[in-house]
Amino acid sequence: MVRYRRPVRTIVRVTDRVQETPSTVTLRFPYAPPALPGQFVMVWFPGDDELPMSLSYTDGPSKGITVKVMGETSRHVQSVAPGTQVGIRGPYGNRFDLSPRRILVVAGGSGAAVLAPAAEAARARGAEVTVALGATRASELLFRDRFRAMGARVEVATDDGSEGHAGFVTTVAESELARGEFEAVWTCGPEVMMRKVIAAAEPLGVPVHCSMERHMKCAIGMCDACALGPFHVCTDGPVFPAERLKGVPDFGRFHRDSSGRRVPF
Amino acid sequence: MADLSVRFAGLSLRNPFLLASGVWGESGDSLAGAWAAGAGGVITKSIGAVPRAGYPNPTIETYERWGLLNAMGLPNPGIGEYPREIEVAQRAGALVIGSVFAGDATEFARLARRMAATGVIAIELNLSCPHAEGFGTEVGSEPEDVEKIVRAVVAEVRVPVIAKITPNTSDPAGLASAAEAGGAAAVSAINTVRALAIDVHLRRPVLAHGLGGLSGAAIKPIGLACIWQIYEAVSIPIIGIGGIGSGQDALEYAMAGARAVEVGTAVAFDGISVFARLPRELAGLLDELGFARFEDAVGAAHTRV
Repeated sequence: MVRYRRPVRTIVRVTDRVQETPSTVTLRFPYAPPALPGQFVMVWFPGDDELPMSLSYTDGPSKGITVKVMGETSRHVQSVAPGTQVGIRGPYGNRFDLSPRRILVVAGGSGAAVLAPAAEAARARGAEVTVALGATRASELLFRDRFRAMGARVEVATDDGSEGHAGFVTTVAESELARGEFEAVWTCGPEVMMRKVIAAAEPLGVPVHCSMERHMKCAIGMCDACALGPFHVCTDGPVFPAERLKGVPDFGRFHRDSSGRRVPF
Repeated sequence: MADLSVRFAGLSLRNPFLLASGVWGESGDSLAGAWAAGAGGVITKSIGAVPRAGYPNPTIETYERWGLLNAMGLPNPGIGEYPREIEVAQRAGALVIGSVFAGDATEFARLARRMAATGVIAIELNLSCPHAEGFGTEVGSEPEDVEKIVRAVVAEVRVPVIAKITPNTSDPAGLASAAEAGGAAAVSAINTVRALAIDVHLRRPVLAHGLGGLSGAAIKPIGLACIWQIYEAVSIPIIGIGGIGSGQDALEYAMAGARAVEVGTAVAFDGISVFARLPRELAGLLDELGFARFEDAVGAAHTRV
């Protein structure tokens, strides 16, 4: 098996910078290699770091990433404007299985970035998509309008109650699961949230797929930085069926820092 | 079917394919995974005295199948926390070799003693990382330093001590001889070859650290030459490293003088299942060539020159 496909880093110029929410930015750039919803690229900000980022736009020659401008990421992304050169390699990792016909998408925070293109692709195949979309406040709801435009039903939860249900998005997900007959749940967000989603869907027999994140360096299954139990997020993921994560004690509890030390969330 | 088991330096392995240090070795689960895939033994990431984050990204540059450039910068959780990972691998049945790096003989000895306490079957001394200031090649390029470090470690531990030699010097065989003089049970060679990647659009080195180390198929002929010269210079066993991705590659190393081999970059290209394929290929080739045992091929090429 040769899984090594796109070896060389490509330097591209960012074409668009879109402020999606006060804390979230989309960068669009030309990058021809085909990508599937769920996959990620390594984005190099020359002179600074190179980071794994899920593609929020996977179709066609113009790809995109959508990132929360906070902590480590912010200092890279804040300086990027149209015309800025960045390095791209990938896409890497697996994808969402688009075959289910009735899908519940549960997105917390910037988790919507990877779920939006997957939902779009599913809608294009005729699937019914319901989105439980959570954020701290109404202005931070990422891709709410994009989800609506693709014909998905969107149910919102905000921490401060400024839109939709006041409280956790998992509460919205639970009530959707109770009344809908879903064939699959796709989720991305804080791992505590994803664990709750799994706990709600499991008794109903609805399979859950989680898009996972870990500190990443090589992205080609070598350096072990993104180890998650027996898996590597870069080559075994980033999309994991919940049943694979159940036996992983670190899921929702520990991640590893850049030295490889296990650190509690 | 040819016998692939190897015995050397007090070690007894089911096959000669070891997981090379630096690959899949930060977590115990990954070490266990490499063992389960079929490796004859697994070598940990190089562990230091304290946690170390390594360099910022980019830490690797990828090429076609011929090679891979990296400057990870020796990231590791430190000897305080790492024994937990070794224990995970050992519980899964893995034979673990502990790799350590340090800045001088005293620190090497202290670290090796703590590593030995985890129950590893051997200790590999990283005297050869080509891109870490104050470590690796910087302490492993002079024969006197190598001998002193090995001697200090051998005095501290009961398990076999393997000195991992750099190719980034005019005389790798001299370093191997120094390791032998210091009491090493074996030497392993080669570590990565110092190398650089430049991006012409950005007019800068690709790796955040600038210089890195090249591994993979591109360095196999360099590794073979080093093993060849070391075999002529020492009488202790040699572990061959550098671009091994097939059974034939391993046999070439054996004929040059290696009793076992380490596999790293091939894991990036082919996945961890490479440890199932390599023994199969090697056994098939040995059968075809009329060798009953892998060990019979060790040094076989030297009689022809």
